[in-house]
Amino acid sequence: MSFQLICFYAFAAVTVGAALAVVTLKSPVHAALSLVLTFFSTACLWLLADAEFLAIALVLVYVGAVMVLFLFVVMMLDLDLDPLREGFVRALPFGLLVAVVMLAEMLALIGVRSMDLQAPVDPAAAAGMSNTVWLASALFSEFLLPFEVAALILTVGIIAAIPLTLRHRTGIKAQNPSRQVRVEARDRIRVVKMQAEKPAAANQETSAP
Amino acid sequence: MIPLSHYLTLGAILFCIAVAGIFINRKNVIVLLMAIELMLLAVNTNFVAFSRYLGDPSGQVFVFFILTVAAAEAAIGLAILVVLFRNRATINVTEIDSLKG
Repeated sequence: MSFQLICFYAFAAVTVGAALAVVTLKSPVHAALSLVLTFFSTACLWLLADAEFLAIALVLVYVGAVMVLFLFVVMMLDLDLDPLREGFVRALPFGLLVAVVMLAEMLALIGVRSMDLQAPVDPAAAAGMSNTVWLASALFSEFLLPFEVAALILTVGIIAAIPLTLRHRTGIKAQNPSRQVRVEARDRIRVVKMQAEKPAAANQETSAP
Repeated sequence: MIPLSHYLTLGAILFCIAVAGIFINRKNVIVLLMAIELMLLAVNTNFVAFSRYLGDPSGQVFVFFILTVAAAEAAIGLAILVVLFRNRATINVTEIDSLKG
C-alpha cells in the first residue's frame, strides 16, 4: 500500500466522519464547523488528485467565505432548536433506507464501470506546466464566455442579496447628514409678526380652567 | 496511485449522507442548505477525479463554475433566510406554509 493510498484513506475517513456529523449534530454551529472540516479534508483529497488550484480555491472560497457567512447567520439568528429536531428519530429509518439503497446502486455502477482504473501521467506535468496554468489555458480560451457569465452571476448574486436584507425602519429618530449639510438659516429660525400683547380678559378666560 | 473507483466511491458516500441529511433534518433550513453544499462537494469530487483520470481540463473548469454558482446560491439563500427569520421569527419549514391554500 503506497503512502498516497494511506493518505487517501485517512482524509476520506475524516471527510465521511465530518459529513456524518454535519447531518446529525444538534447545534447548527457545530454542524457548520463540521462542514468546514469536511471541506478542508476534501481539499486535501483534491490535492492528492493533482488539482492544486481547485483545492486552494475550495479552502479560500468555502472555508474562508461561505462557511463564515453560514456561521454569521447561524449565530445571528436566535434559534429555538427543539422544534427543529422534531421528527428526527421518526425520519431516521426512512432516510437511512433511501441513502443505503442509493449508495448500493451507485457502488454497483462504479464497480462495473471503473474497477481499478489507474491514473495516467498527470497531463499538466507532462506538458511541463503547473495545474493552474493548465486550468487557466482552458478557462481563458475555450471557456471564456462561460467565465464572463459566471462573473455576471456573482454580480447578480450581490445585487440580489443586498436589497433582500436591506431594511427601511419607520418611526425611529436618526440624523440625515445630507439634509444637515444643506440646511439654511431660514430653516432654523422663523420670525413671526404678531401682537406683543393680547387683551387681558380673553387671556384670563382661556387660562381659568 | 489511487484508483479512480476510490474517488467515485467517496463521492457516492458523501452524496448519500447529504440525501439522508435532507430526509432526517427536514425542519431546519440551515442544515438543509448545508446538505446541499455537501451534495455539490460530492459532485465536484467526481468532476476532479474524472478530469485527472481522463486528462481533460474541462472537468476542473466545470468545478470552478460550480463553486461560483454555489457561492452565489449560498449568499442569496442565507439572505432569504435572514429576511424569513425577521418576518416570521422561525426557520421551521413546517411553519412556513403561508402559500398553502
